[in-house]
Amino acid sequence: MVEQKNIPNRIFDAVNVIILLILAAVCLYPMLHVVFGSFSEPALLSSHTGFLLKPLGFTLKGYEIVFQNPNIWSGYANTLFYVIVGTLLRIFMTMLGAYVLSQKTFLLRRVFMMFFVFTMYFGGGLIPDYLLVTRLGLLNTRWALIIPSLIATWNMIILRTAFSQVPASLEESARLDGAGDMTILFRIFLPTCKASIAVIIMYYAVGEWNSWFSAAIYLPARRDLYPLQLFLREILIANSSGGNTTGAIGSSDPDIVAALIEEVVRYSTICIATIPILCAYPFIQKYFVKGVMMGSIKE
Amino acid sequence: MTLTAEKKEKAPFSNRLKRNFIKHRSLYLIALPIALFYLLFKYVPMFGIVISFQDYRPGKGFWGSDFAGLKHFIDFLTNPTASRTIRNTLVINLYQLIFGFPAPIILALLLNELKLPLFKKTVQTISYMPHFISLVVICGMIKDFSSTYGVFNDVITFLGFERDNLLGNVDLYRGIYVGSGIWKGIGWGSILYLATLSGADPNLYEAAVIDGAGRWKQMVHITLPTIIPIAILQLIMRIGSMMSEGAEKTILLYSPLVYEKADLISSFVYRRGLQEMNFSYGAAVGLFNSVINLTLLVAANRLARKATGESMW
Repeated sequence: MVEQKNIPNRIFDAVNVIILLILAAVCLYPMLHVVFGSFSEPALLSSHTGFLLKPLGFTLKGYEIVFQNPNIWSGYANTLFYVIVGTLLRIFMTMLGAYVLSQKTFLLRRVFMMFFVFTMYFGGGLIPDYLLVTRLGLLNTRWALIIPSLIATWNMIILRTAFSQVPASLEESARLDGAGDMTILFRIFLPTCKASIAVIIMYYAVGEWNSWFSAAIYLPARRDLYPLQLFLREILIANSSGGNTTGAIGSSDPDIVAALIEEVVRYSTICIATIPILCAYPFIQKYFVKGVMMGSIKE
Repeated sequence: MTLTAEKKEKAPFSNRLKRNFIKHRSLYLIALPIALFYLLFKYVPMFGIVISFQDYRPGKGFWGSDFAGLKHFIDFLTNPTASRTIRNTLVINLYQLIFGFPAPIILALLLNELKLPLFKKTVQTISYMPHFISLVVICGMIKDFSSTYGVFNDVITFLGFERDNLLGNVDLYRGIYVGSGIWKGIGWGSILYLATLSGADPNLYEAAVIDGAGRWKQMVHITLPTIIPIAILQLIMRIGSMMSEGAEKTILLYSPLVYEKADLISSFVYRRGLQEMNFSYGAAVGLFNSVINLTLLVAANRLARKATGESMW
């Protein structure tokens, strides 16, 4: 952008930087507060008022208690299952659907498209969905969290757009060589559209990692199948200890100790649950812009 | 072979379909499971809507349950505890539209004006993070910060006010709900606009400067028009899903203290329809919601097309 280096411009630039600094601080601080708090001494934390700029004292007690909670471990294992198996199944089905929709030789292409897109704007609603899952016998099983949500129509459409941009010549020469549909899908479309597929995988995986509502509805009787987020909800929101035992600390008054350390434990729990996402964060950064743009291009 | 003016006659559809099927059998084979999935999990529940007009009892099934006509709909609209959810949904969505919708746009505009690439990248990276944190965690943080001895209250006391359980305060709830939503979405939402802006033609800006346009004029005449088409599309999509969103966050944040202003249609359906097992009632309210949603979507689309020429279809 070409512009004059005069005073009003300079002021604008300076104010802009200040505003954005404040914004970045506001975005970052809550997470810093949680991280610092998770390492803080309970007594110091509860008597402290104001912002946390570093851990108060240093202790791993909070983390100890979290790791001793069996629900955290089972929640983690379940979430990993849902994320890995769920994402694999979902991306597979989504790719199949996107492939079919992108094949111009498919006569029913438009019909199917309308058939799918309509479901984005109208549906049965929570209760009919719930009744269906129950009648299919999926209630209180792992599969209730995966199968009813196998395909996200929006993602399938994004992938279809990506597939239809693959040069026709690639596909033609493959067909001449005798390739069938699955070969073309996995040997040609998959490598060519790697970035798009990576974005969809990211959407599905992060979505599944963070999801809790389906589990809350469909797993009423199976705590052993709960994903991590559901236990988090118990600990953070429903104000129960969620399986945390603070008796291990050994002190004069268990009630006081429990109450004091509760906050630290909550912070530690949040950290433990969010670490994987934050670790993956730098790796998936490069897909953000592409992901968002893919979804916004009209057919 | 002479060219004629007649249109080539197409074979009847069923014939073409049959030939297409034989020639591309494998395509149809692949399409089958996809179609079945949609049929079973998306379309079958639509038929479940029928229970809105019944007094559905799981034991009796669809055919055995008594017919109830519009009873549930009337119940919903006349009972103040129920109908206030409509008001709450509309009000909260209005706040979100007024404050939450422009926020990512403004952020994108500000970021676009930055001349320090490293600072810009850093701010962006930080602003995206809240989007990836799970709703449960975010609501947990909100609960902690809003508690009587939490950080928010520390600031409030510093400013001279009384401590209070903020989430239990009926007048503050909506502010917290909408504000935290902006916090979570502003970064991620700005990606789209920023990417659009980076595609703007730099020649336009140069020409504008030569013509003597200052920063402000440049923004109004070049930058904003670049963004407006996509902003309108986003707005339409937002309006079209307004009424049915918010269940998860509401359920995590609300409490009986604030039902008055916090209860949304979607959280109401969850609590009354599912948790309390009033299936027919819940389905009726859900249907009501879906219909309103669809109407809003079509209306927003039509309005946008009339006003600006942009629309989704």
